[in-house]
Amino acid sequence: MSSDTTDIPADIDPANQPHHTTRGLRGFLDATELDTRLLGMVGALALIWVGFHLYGALVNGFGAFLTPRNLWNLSVQTSSIGIMACGMVLVIITRHIDLSVGSILGFCAISMGVIQVDVLPAWLGLGHPMIWVIAALCGIALGAVIGSFHGFLIAYGKIPAFIVTLGGLLVWRGAAFLVARGETISPVDSTFALLGGGPYGSIGATGSWIVGLIACAAIVGLLLWGRRQRRKFHFPLRPVWAEWFLGLLGCGLVIGAVLLVNAYPWPRGIVRRYAEAEGITVPDGGLFISHGFAIPVLILLAVAIAMTILMTMTRFGRYVYAIGGNPEAAELAGINSRLMTVKIFSIMGGLAGLSAVVASARLNSATNSLGTLDELYVIASAVIGGTSLAGGVGTIYGAILGALVMQSLQTGMVLIGFDAAIQQVVVGSVLVLAVFLDILYRGKSK
Amino acid sequence: MTDQTPLVEMKDICISFGGIHAVDHVSINLYPGEVVGLLGHNGAGKSTLIKILSGAYQMDSGEIRINGEKATIESPRDARRYNIETIYQTLALADNLDAAANLFLGRELTTPLGFVDDAQQEAETRKIMARLNPNFKKHKEPVSALSGGQRQSVAIARAVYFKARILIMDEPTAALGVHETQMVADLIQELKKQGLGIFLISHDTREMMDLCDRVSVMKNGKVVGTERVEDVTEDDILSMIILGKNPLREGAEEPA
Ligand SMILES: Nc1ncnc2c1ncn2[C@@H]1O[C@H](COP(=O)(O)OP(=O)(O)O)[C@@H](O)[C@H]1O
Ligand SMILES: [Mg+2]
Repeated sequence: MSSDTTDIPADIDPANQPHHTTRGLRGFLDATELDTRLLGMVGALALIWVGFHLYGALVNGFGAFLTPRNLWNLSVQTSSIGIMACGMVLVIITRHIDLSVGSILGFCAISMGVIQVDVLPAWLGLGHPMIWVIAALCGIALGAVIGSFHGFLIAYGKIPAFIVTLGGLLVWRGAAFLVARGETISPVDSTFALLGGGPYGSIGATGSWIVGLIACAAIVGLLLWGRRQRRKFHFPLRPVWAEWFLGLLGCGLVIGAVLLVNAYPWPRGIVRRYAEAEGITVPDGGLFISHGFAIPVLILLAVAIAMTILMTMTRFGRYVYAIGGNPEAAELAGINSRLMTVKIFSIMGGLAGLSAVVASARLNSATNSLGTLDELYVIASAVIGGTSLAGGVGTIYGAILGALVMQSLQTGMVLIGFDAAIQQVVVGSVLVLAVFLDILYRGKSK
Repeated sequence: MTDQTPLVEMKDICISFGGIHAVDHVSINLYPGEVVGLLGHNGAGKSTLIKILSGAYQMDSGEIRINGEKATIESPRDARRYNIETIYQTLALADNLDAAANLFLGRELTTPLGFVDDAQQEAETRKIMARLNPNFKKHKEPVSALSGGQRQSVAIARAVYFKARILIMDEPTAALGVHETQMVADLIQELKKQGLGIFLISHDTREMMDLCDRVSVMKNGKVVGTERVEDVTEDDILSMIILGKNPLREGAEEPA
């Protein structure tokens, strides 16, 4: 604790601020209104990252974790699980569970594979520019329809979600096999493949700076708008230094992320082929072309923003929390919880469809086993990210951090050479431990 | 008062759950500015009766009239349309949401873009709580962090804010301490003065004698009797609850 307190610079000492009466670390947190849970998760993530890096450096003589290359890959690998975790938050908040997301992903992926490789080229001609759009939309719609069907059985058929989606886990995995009789469909449409990342599926240095600057502008805009709202309604204002701190922290993280993804260059072979195709001569020292943000990461970001808006700013989101907090109260307040259940599972299914786009594009192929065991990682991400299985509590940003934690563990263990069996033991234990810590945390904050 | 149109008339209401006649041919009414108490043992059918009025249950037979006109109440939403608000002992708040979110639940204020206007909601909540319960400070915390009385004041604020004309209170003080019970009693008096009609359920006969204008006693789904509080003693009420007979008028119909 004492070492934490000294982290606060003297010039941002929160004393004498009317907004809060506490001092020290507590005062700092009150002033910035930062969530201790969020900080805990960021701390855990930092620990995992530094831990793996040091382990690699000390034991293998090379710390491979904290490198642009690894972190960039980590961001891409997190996307697919992260997208689904956003939906799982809604499902778990309303005291349900969805065990079928991995299978829905597999079924959607193989269906999209058939659509873009067998069906659409026959109609539109091979390489038609609309193929990827139509295929992706079909996949998302298919997922949403399957999800609605599950939701319908749960809400109106009164079958527990556990059973419906356990059935779905088997049904859709089997159906995925039947769609293409177990064949792998490869390669997918070349534009479609960009949605999975890779050198061409990234937006490059300039694009990344543009995204980064927009994000910084949004952070500053939100802080200013929030301050104006508070003044308008005479709510206590955050101290000015705290606003500056949050703004600088947010923008610093964004710019750091841009610098990071821009520091990871295209591999030599791809640069050479690209240069040949474009008629550029490669200088002696080689050509440094940055990856920048990968497209699947931007998709995850867009999903996260949209879902956060949905959950925090709309009636729909308010009702999701209300149903989770007290289903009877929600019903008595005139909320149609059955219809809400259908909508929630529909969103979950649609996001599994979107994940299928990202996952099959990344592999540049669709197989019927794609997404196997993903349901466990998705549920684990949401739960590690603070979504309570008792219902009513959970955030989108938490789930994404949870997905990042899960993926970091996974990637880190591969990097330092743990075999698959140990990985499973560790991931399983971490899940149980995370939930236990969460219970302790909630017990204390009550 | 009797020559006015009643605010609520429930006539010959029946509902049964798998053979149990939870409410059995019950008729009861309520006038503006009046508090009618419902008394009776656990399982007498009090909650079931008022849940029919609040739209949580649908009656098997009978008729509900609001201001003399036949009303159809099939869901809580319908009940709200008739300005009926219900305050339950425990059920009605979502613990994980703050006071403002609970107050406006199902009827959120929105910005022109259709988003929930949390700032406006909080401002309105602060305003109304300043009036009803000036000690209320925990606007940012989920209502699980509030005391029973504070939670109840949020529920009551909801009724007041949305201009309820008919208020149903099912054991509103059962979970409260002495001080908080007094606060709720004061609120009831205040709302009565504003002309609301209130159905109040409570086990505390003394409290009911103080707050109500009339009391109805129920047993086994039937109304044993309805009396003006000035016409009866606490002992009369207790014997009605226990014996299921009205000592004042043996075998008499409900007074007009
Ligand atoms: N949803 C229900 N399903 C089955 N029985 C019910 C239901 N609601 C109430 N009852 C029954 O109706 C009777 C009256 O209950 P209730 O209205 O809660 O009594 P009170 O509020 O007077 O204590 C009880 O026998 C109870 O078991
Ligand atoms: Mg009752």
